[in-house]
Amino acid sequence: MSTAWTYNPQPPRPDWGVRAPALKKLSLRQPIRAAPLPVEASMSLQIGGSIELPAIVAPGDRVQTGQAIARNTDGMAVHASISGRVLAVGPQRAPVASGRPVPCVVIRAEGPEQMHGSCIPVNEDLLSPEEIRARVAAGGIVGLGGAQFPTARKLTPGVPIRALIVDGAECEPWITCDEVLLRERAGMVIEGVGVMMRALGTDHAVVAVEADMPEAHAALDNALGAGGSGGIGIAVVTTKYPAGGERQLIEMLTGDEVPAGGLPRDIGYVCQNVATAAAVGELFRSGRPLISRIVTVTGGGIAEPGNFEARIGTPIRDLVQAAGGYRAAPHRLLMGGPMMGFALPDDDLPVTTATNCLVAALATELAPDRPEMPCIRCGECVQACPARLLPHELLTAVRRNDAGRLAEFGLRDCIECGCCDYVCPSYIHLTARFSAARGRERSRA
Amino acid sequence: MKFATAPAPHWRPAADVAAVMRQVLYALAPAVAAYTFFFGPGLLLNIVVATAAALATEALALRLRARPARVFLSDGSAVVTAVLFAFCLPPLTPWWITVTGIVFAVGVAKHLYGGLGYNLFNPAMAGYLVVLVAFPGKMTMWLPPTTGDLDYQSLSLWQTLQYTATASLPAGFEFDAVTRATPLTVVRTELGLMRTMSEIRVNPVFGDFGGVGWEWIGNFLTLGGMWLLYKGIIRWQIPAAMIVSLMACALVFYLTDPETHPSPLFHLYAGGTLLGAFFIATDPVSSTVTDRGRLIYGAGCGVLTYAIRTWGGYPDGVAFAVLLMNMAVPLIDRHTRPRIYGH
Ligand code: SF4
Ligand code: SF4
Repeated sequence: MSTAWTYNPQPPRPDWGVRAPALKKLSLRQPIRAAPLPVEASMSLQIGGSIELPAIVAPGDRVQTGQAIARNTDGMAVHASISGRVLAVGPQRAPVASGRPVPCVVIRAEGPEQMHGSCIPVNEDLLSPEEIRARVAAGGIVGLGGAQFPTARKLTPGVPIRALIVDGAECEPWITCDEVLLRERAGMVIEGVGVMMRALGTDHAVVAVEADMPEAHAALDNALGAGGSGGIGIAVVTTKYPAGGERQLIEMLTGDEVPAGGLPRDIGYVCQNVATAAAVGELFRSGRPLISRIVTVTGGGIAEPGNFEARIGTPIRDLVQAAGGYRAAPHRLLMGGPMMGFALPDDDLPVTTATNCLVAALATELAPDRPEMPCIRCGECVQACPARLLPHELLTAVRRNDAGRLAEFGLRDCIECGCCDYVCPSYIHLTARFSAARGRERSRA
Repeated sequence: MKFATAPAPHWRPAADVAAVMRQVLYALAPAVAAYTFFFGPGLLLNIVVATAAALATEALALRLRARPARVFLSDGSAVVTAVLFAFCLPPLTPWWITVTGIVFAVGVAKHLYGGLGYNLFNPAMAGYLVVLVAFPGKMTMWLPPTTGDLDYQSLSLWQTLQYTATASLPAGFEFDAVTRATPLTVVRTELGLMRTMSEIRVNPVFGDFGGVGWEWIGNFLTLGGMWLLYKGIIRWQIPAAMIVSLMACALVFYLTDPETHPSPLFHLYAGGTLLGAFFIATDPVSSTVTDRGRLIYGAGCGVLTYAIRTWGGYPDGVAFAVLLMNMAVPLIDRHTRPRIYGH
């Protein structure tokens, strides 16, 4: 359906959020490098923490790059990222917040790399939206912004979609994987956007970039041709965290709010990350399923920070080696940024589709450990909270475990962005408590 | 390689509570210097007495409540309370008055309510109110400013110390002879005697528009306030709302009859207005948390200050106004709650 829809190319400056040092330069000095192919790749069959795909290979099987190794009844697949022999099928350690082993397929490289015969280009113009979705699912495409949500499902809205919002506002410090992608492969992003628009049946899309990404913006302009083509526009959002949060971005670009407990599609929008769009583009142009992603490897503890195109399942320590190894003894190894990323216990874990960034942070680059003080009601957290919560009141509700107050003060509306912690002069671990409380609530439900 | 883990976020603010409190003290420093310049070393002595008593009370309270003394004593909040409290006292204040006020401020207003972060009332103002009520005579007698053509006998540091320690002046000095009423008290008494503002204004405690010395102290307090704004320690809503509302009230009455009502500018620089607007009403713990709430809270402080100064039983109204508004904070907070995203 084709409704008139306009966006604001210069969205308003939000009054929420925080301005944190960006630290992007560190990893922007070099173009995207290809990480060496791993000798052993461990591919998680768990998607987005909840969906588990049954393996369709067994130990000893030979697999080729791009060959499906797991598939569920929805047609969603996971593919071998290297060519070799299946070593194991079963629970393996993976970089997930729970720390629990997840079902994986481990492949050991053997012989020369060979693309599987199923990886063939397809012209999406010849496909119906239904067929496009099926192909996206079969191509194993998931949200690469960190959430790993199956993209095909997001492309199945069930309601008319006003516009596709493509999130290139990479607001977390240190992370540059989306920015380099836009700089170097804007064309691929635009191709993917076109495919997704077709699947969604919408004539409008807007790619959001941050104000401090002029090169990315120029590359997009270039890819679109003068004047913006095919209903795709570019919007520049303030460089502010969390401008790239789905709900926040929608609010800034459209003035609409995603209803509580709802999804963007409830108000006619679908949000996709730029890297996801590029993966979709790649799938149709070259037939390559999701077997690799761009990972930013950065932080003061890395000798040669930069962005790497890494096969899924590459051991993190190999990726660190590719970036020159550790420069000094890092204090923490973060997957993701300093605001929402989580601290890995070690580097003997595989890259997953959620691994957008690895930060080997020195002690000096992180917050010192200070004792928590009582809340002094300074209201800084209130100012910063993008969900417009009163984090200090929510904290009291969590401490009292008062279900009524938890609902009243919006525990479910907390996006766990970390802004409140970032500004709290009393060093209160607000976000961690909110996450834990949400976890408890979910497990009760 | 193994690494330490911790929950996100991994970044925290540069300033902790102690750093915030330090900034408040820096911001007060110029005004303290100006106060000392105009009214002698009494303030410094009061600060020393108040700080010592505040830390002692805090340490005792923490001990009784079995809280980690090191962490909380170094948060600087007791020192800030002490300095703000001392700033409200006349330069000549016997030590026991200072101690009484501070023990109440820290022991009762702060710790009985649960300590840092839990106090409903601004401790410094609560303490000030106690001594104001308990020792009314001593609380409004100020020293004359050291500048201007006043026939004053200035007291040396030693003589001030003697008074602070014993409440008696060295031989040859009379309390009534060395002290003056504050400009606010002068205005109040004289207006009560049916004098007009133009008659009152010839009193040598008045300067260009406010009290001699008070004008400069006010300027330096404003400077300190600007520093806190610049540093992001306070936000503009409370000071602006308080100043604007107080001056607006003053202007209305001044315009109706300038002979019986001091000018808005006089009100701005008189008594505790600027200290209150930038340093007292902005106390995070006892004020509101949202921007809208801050505007209401600040405006309330301003209007009440004017009302108490004009129609109340005390020359200055800032302390009462702030404490009254402290009580309204839970209500204001409830009614200014922002709408949660998506609701
Ligand atoms: S973590 Fe939750 S409460 Fe804290 S700022 Fe983010 S949304 Fe608000
Ligand atoms: S930022 Fe921290 S101290 Fe300030 S109101 Fe929020 S929780 Fe309390």
